[in-house]
Amino acid sequence: MSSIISVKNLVKRYRNSPTSSVDDISFSVKRGEFFSLLGPNGAGKTTIISILTTTLSKTSGDCLVAGLDVATQSASVRAKIGIIFQNPSLDKNLTAEENIRFHACLYNLFPYRPLYTQMPDNYKIQVKSLTEVIGLTATDLNKQVKDMSGGMRRKLEIVRSLMHKPEILFLDEPTSGLDPLSRKNLWDYLTHIRKNDRTTIFLTTHYLEEAEDCDNVCIINNGKIVAYGSPGDIKRQYTGHHTTLEQAYLKIIQETN
Amino acid sequence: MNHELNAILAIAGRDVTKLLRDRTRIIFSFMFPLIFIGILGQSLQANVASSLGFNVLLFTFIGVMAQTLFQSSASGIISLVTDRDSDFAQEMFVAPISRYTIITGKILGESTVSFILVLSILILGLIMSIPVDWTRLILILPAGFLACLLGGAFGVLVMSNLSGVQSANQVFPFVIFPQFFLAGVFNPITHLPPLLFVLSRIAPMTYAVDFLRGLYYLGRPEYSRVVLHSPLINLAIMSVLFLLYLTAGTYFLNHNEKNR
Repeated sequence: MSSIISVKNLVKRYRNSPTSSVDDISFSVKRGEFFSLLGPNGAGKTTIISILTTTLSKTSGDCLVAGLDVATQSASVRAKIGIIFQNPSLDKNLTAEENIRFHACLYNLFPYRPLYTQMPDNYKIQVKSLTEVIGLTATDLNKQVKDMSGGMRRKLEIVRSLMHKPEILFLDEPTSGLDPLSRKNLWDYLTHIRKNDRTTIFLTTHYLEEAEDCDNVCIINNGKIVAYGSPGDIKRQYTGHHTTLEQAYLKIIQETN
Repeated sequence: MNHELNAILAIAGRDVTKLLRDRTRIIFSFMFPLIFIGILGQSLQANVASSLGFNVLLFTFIGVMAQTLFQSSASGIISLVTDRDSDFAQEMFVAPISRYTIITGKILGESTVSFILVLSILILGLIMSIPVDWTRLILILPAGFLACLLGGAFGVLVMSNLSGVQSANQVFPFVIFPQFFLAGVFNPITHLPPLLFVLSRIAPMTYAVDFLRGLYYLGRPEYSRVVLHSPLINLAIMSVLFLLYLTAGTYFLNHNEKNR
């Protein structure tokens, strides 16, 4: 299977920082893979996601996303990816539907119209089918985001990020701040789209149980890769067969600190 | 539809939608002209109009109109800082569109917003029976779009160097309010001490205000007492400043955003 993300010798040193936040990292992700990047706060996870999603420039190294160079072909890369940020990136003064419409027009999926009623029928159909899958109602769509719960906002972000059918979905701690039921609903839906659309999922999370089903896990600490492999392999190597990924993770981080 | 054009319309449409939901901003759009024209303009008219030789109320009315177009566009662009703080800017920055498209969309949106806000000034002029040649005013109104463009580009330059909402709240009034006086929104600036003269000619709002006044007063007897430069000179200076601010602002924005 071909790599959809390829990172070689990536280095990122922030301005005025004496050390590199990402220090000579290399890994790859295959098409359709469920991949997780794990590590403690400040390990460099969000930095790597920001570089791969073209919002931050690298210091050195090579990064290809969907076969495109993130530094020189950033607009083409952005057309192929969907992102759910660590902090919600919705306009709270717009309605849920207006946020979706704004996204759809930025990606040129539909011509912009000031009112929902003026939008083409296929837009309305796509919005309806996506929102139904994750349990948002027509009433929810007309609510201003500031009146929606945290769980509902996350769902909305997912609907929005999937409007342009991305090949890769980057999820930067997507369930932080969500209650257990909302987290379960979210993962049910993400599993659904991964199986149905073969969307590649690139996840960072602090909830280690969310990474148990990953195809591969990459654990980083202090900007360097300290473990890589399937969750089963990592557990076997560090804590034994009948342990959890969290136990293995904690051991790895303690050993590498 | 062209991708970048579609994105520009979406970004501009968002600003208009947000204005129509922002009652405070709409109410304040009446308050400032009411203070500037209703109080300051009226008192100047009563006290100094005879010595100046022109109607100060009308002078202030045109000045406030140009200032509103310039300032509203500039402050609207500064809202990108709020977007950055609330993380909404990420949604635009990861979309497959150029940074120029984002900036153009913001300038177009905030220019439209400025024109909506200028309606309140026109209504105020009607209520106060200001001696405006309405036909002439409506004819020059489309040229007000150029004042919006200059204000928007100035906003981009200021915003690109701001780190957050707090610095925006501190810096923006500092770079805008002195321009009210330096640009002669309500006070004549044909004669100024050397330092104020230099500052006045550096302030971009000066050219936006003088440009609209130049068009309005063109061919009228008080033209030479009211206008600093011919509209063509103002237009040339505004064009140069617009390109300079926009290019430098977008470069800084892109550079500061990616090279943290």
